[in-house]
Amino acid sequence: MLPMLRVSGLHKSFVMHAQGDLALPVLTNVALSVHPGECLALVGPSGAGKSTLLRSLYGNYRPQSGSIQVRHRDDWVELVAAEPRAILDVRRHTMGFVSQFLRVIPRVGAVDVVAEPMVRLGAPIKEARRKAEFLLGLLGIPERLWALPPATFSGGEQQRVNIARSLIADYPILLLDEPTASLDQANRDGVIDLIRQRRDQGTAIVGIFHDVAVRDAIATRTHNVALPGGST
Amino acid sequence: MPDGAYNYAYLDEQTKRMIRRAILKAVAVPGYQVPFGGREMPLPYGWGTGGIQVTAAIIGRDDTLKVIDQGADDTTNAVSIRRFFARVADVETTTRTEEATIIQTRHRVPETPLEEGQILVFQVPIPEPLRMLEPRETETRTLHALSEYGVMQVSLYESIARHGRIAKTYNYPVLVNGRYMMSPSPIPKFDNPKLDRNPALQLYGAGREKRIYAVPPYTPVKSLDFDDHPFEIETWEQCCALCGSKESFLDEMIVDDAGQRLFVCSDTDYCQERRQEEDK
Amino acid sequence: MKPLLSARNLTKRFGNRIACHGVSFDLWPGEVLGVVGESGSGKTTLLNCLAGRMTPDEGNVAYETASAGTVDVHRLSEARRRLLARTEWGFVHQDAREGLRMGVSAGANIGERLMAIGARHYGNIRQSASDWLERVEIDLDRLDDRPTTYSGGMRQRLQIARNLVSEPRLVFMDEPTGGLDVSVQARLLDLLRGLVDRFHLSAVLVTHDLGVARLLTHRLMVMQGGEVVEEGLTDQVLDDPQHAYTQMLVASILPV
Repeated sequence: MLPMLRVSGLHKSFVMHAQGDLALPVLTNVALSVHPGECLALVGPSGAGKSTLLRSLYGNYRPQSGSIQVRHRDDWVELVAAEPRAILDVRRHTMGFVSQFLRVIPRVGAVDVVAEPMVRLGAPIKEARRKAEFLLGLLGIPERLWALPPATFSGGEQQRVNIARSLIADYPILLLDEPTASLDQANRDGVIDLIRQRRDQGTAIVGIFHDVAVRDAIATRTHNVALPGGST
Repeated sequence: MPDGAYNYAYLDEQTKRMIRRAILKAVAVPGYQVPFGGREMPLPYGWGTGGIQVTAAIIGRDDTLKVIDQGADDTTNAVSIRRFFARVADVETTTRTEEATIIQTRHRVPETPLEEGQILVFQVPIPEPLRMLEPRETETRTLHALSEYGVMQVSLYESIARHGRIAKTYNYPVLVNGRYMMSPSPIPKFDNPKLDRNPALQLYGAGREKRIYAVPPYTPVKSLDFDDHPFEIETWEQCCALCGSKESFLDEMIVDDAGQRLFVCSDTDYCQERRQEEDK
Repeated sequence: MKPLLSARNLTKRFGNRIACHGVSFDLWPGEVLGVVGESGSGKTTLLNCLAGRMTPDEGNVAYETASAGTVDVHRLSEARRRLLARTEWGFVHQDAREGLRMGVSAGANIGERLMAIGARHYGNIRQSASDWLERVEIDLDRLDDRPTTYSGGMRQRLQIARNLVSEPRLVFMDEPTGGLDVSVQARLLDLLRGLVDRFHLSAVLVTHDLGVARLLTHRLMVMQGGEVVEEGLTDQVLDDPQHAYTQMLVASILPV
């Protein structure tokens, strides 16, 4: 079976021009691949570049060289140095990203925040909202909060809105950056179940899970970011 | 004999040629405002200098001139202008519309239908129909050149929004020959239909603004409107107190201090004709 | 599929001063391109060159029309360019007064584009104007009021309605939220976001506010001294800035 994502020779460094052009290499010669139904956990010490790698996979960070190929619309799309619209198309149809922080848009209620990716794909608003409400319910967000903009939600509530948003569109690939960091035990278990379900349905997942218990519950493999190559 | 102190019809020959060239150009492009070198006239701006210059450029000894002011031959200004041309152009003058070859008018079109060969000269204060909406001359010239008349439609929309109907009752904008928007001068909208495909030649002269424009005989002239607010002329419940006409434009006159009103034809010649017919 | 708008090597000088230099890009249907930079960066000059309001000294701008193929924006006759500006394009000015007729009602303002292309049924025009007034969240009972009686935020929303009534394919926006109160800005941005999504608008948006860029744009071009120093996906340019100037801009945002 073809992988959904394959990375090779990836190099990423940050150049801080304000600090005299100080260059910080973070990713060196990274290679990995993820198949449908796999959950690859990125592991390594703090600052090793796990988040950087994840963001690079999403096109949010720009690698200096290397290749990130995504299986999109039955073809391979190269994300490194791709046109913005190519990356946007991949994000719209194929790849979802749960960041640690929910970027809050003023005035848009939680239901609409969650529904948006599905509406973008052309689904009728009513249907998207219904599914959004369902997911929010699953994730334990009380109904009285559904119409409210998440700006005033707690960290854990915002995180769950984020997760719901990434799950609504049935992406073949999910990138998760600490999806349970702000959640209490009960909610964490709920999220773990949801993610595991998706994985078993064939979604390819790459994630950063600080909590070892969570990692053990979801991941099928790990990739060590501190070492070149690094998959085990 | 014309007054020897002046050239025939007051203007010198070169000026007349210049004005005639402007008139020819205006006739060739119906509704288009042609700039011309307006001269100093023995009346101030606002008293018909544009109309006078047009008449002076075209009048000849064989012409018969009628001059009306808001439909009347006997107002001070109509009388003055008629006398002026009688003196400097040595022409017959008349109050009878049918007998005139040239009719100079301020703010009305005669009720009696005109014929081929007659010329109607309008006195025009502001030749630019878009002036109130767009004060910049550079911009209005561009709008005419590009046929961008949306702004006028906007002003009609605004009138309906504010008054429930198009409230413009005079100087009502028209589209000439399907191309240029024109100000028909401050004639009542009642007279607009008379401009459409009129057998006579219409010449328009604005002295202060120094523009001449024209509508050749039988040219389509359409008043602007909306499909659901079509152009309508004024109507009166009353008829003329003097001749009984129900079809002409009526002036409302207050006849005593108690506020008694009379409605009479604005076109004095038309009214008189009808009364003479009746008396027969 | 062809790009909707293509700029090649756009350069504009004012005397010896270079306002913008060698700018090239393709804008694809459905994209919102942000042009960010500080005052004097050349972004407004660039916008004016793209929209045919200014003629560049070098370079060209090609626009893919709805039904007449590709046109060179600066080779078009003035008549065609003005027609394009009234139908397929929109231009939202920073100061709403420049994009509105302050002396006529909101309904007349919105209806003008329709009347300019031949709409002659008052009732229908009024209905379209009402629909758009609702879409930009202005009370219907303000339809006959003049923009002089509107607040700044309302005027801006009216300007947007006036532009969008002709269902343009490409909208140019020059600091559309500049000078508005923060809460008013938020509402306007949300409205713009919704309209861009709903009507599949493409847009070129000039702003100095990176927050506005983050919210509204898909792609970003960063300008400094007339040059494009960085460009790419908006979130990537803002989260992983490569150029020194971009890094400085991003670092300068005051935290709330």
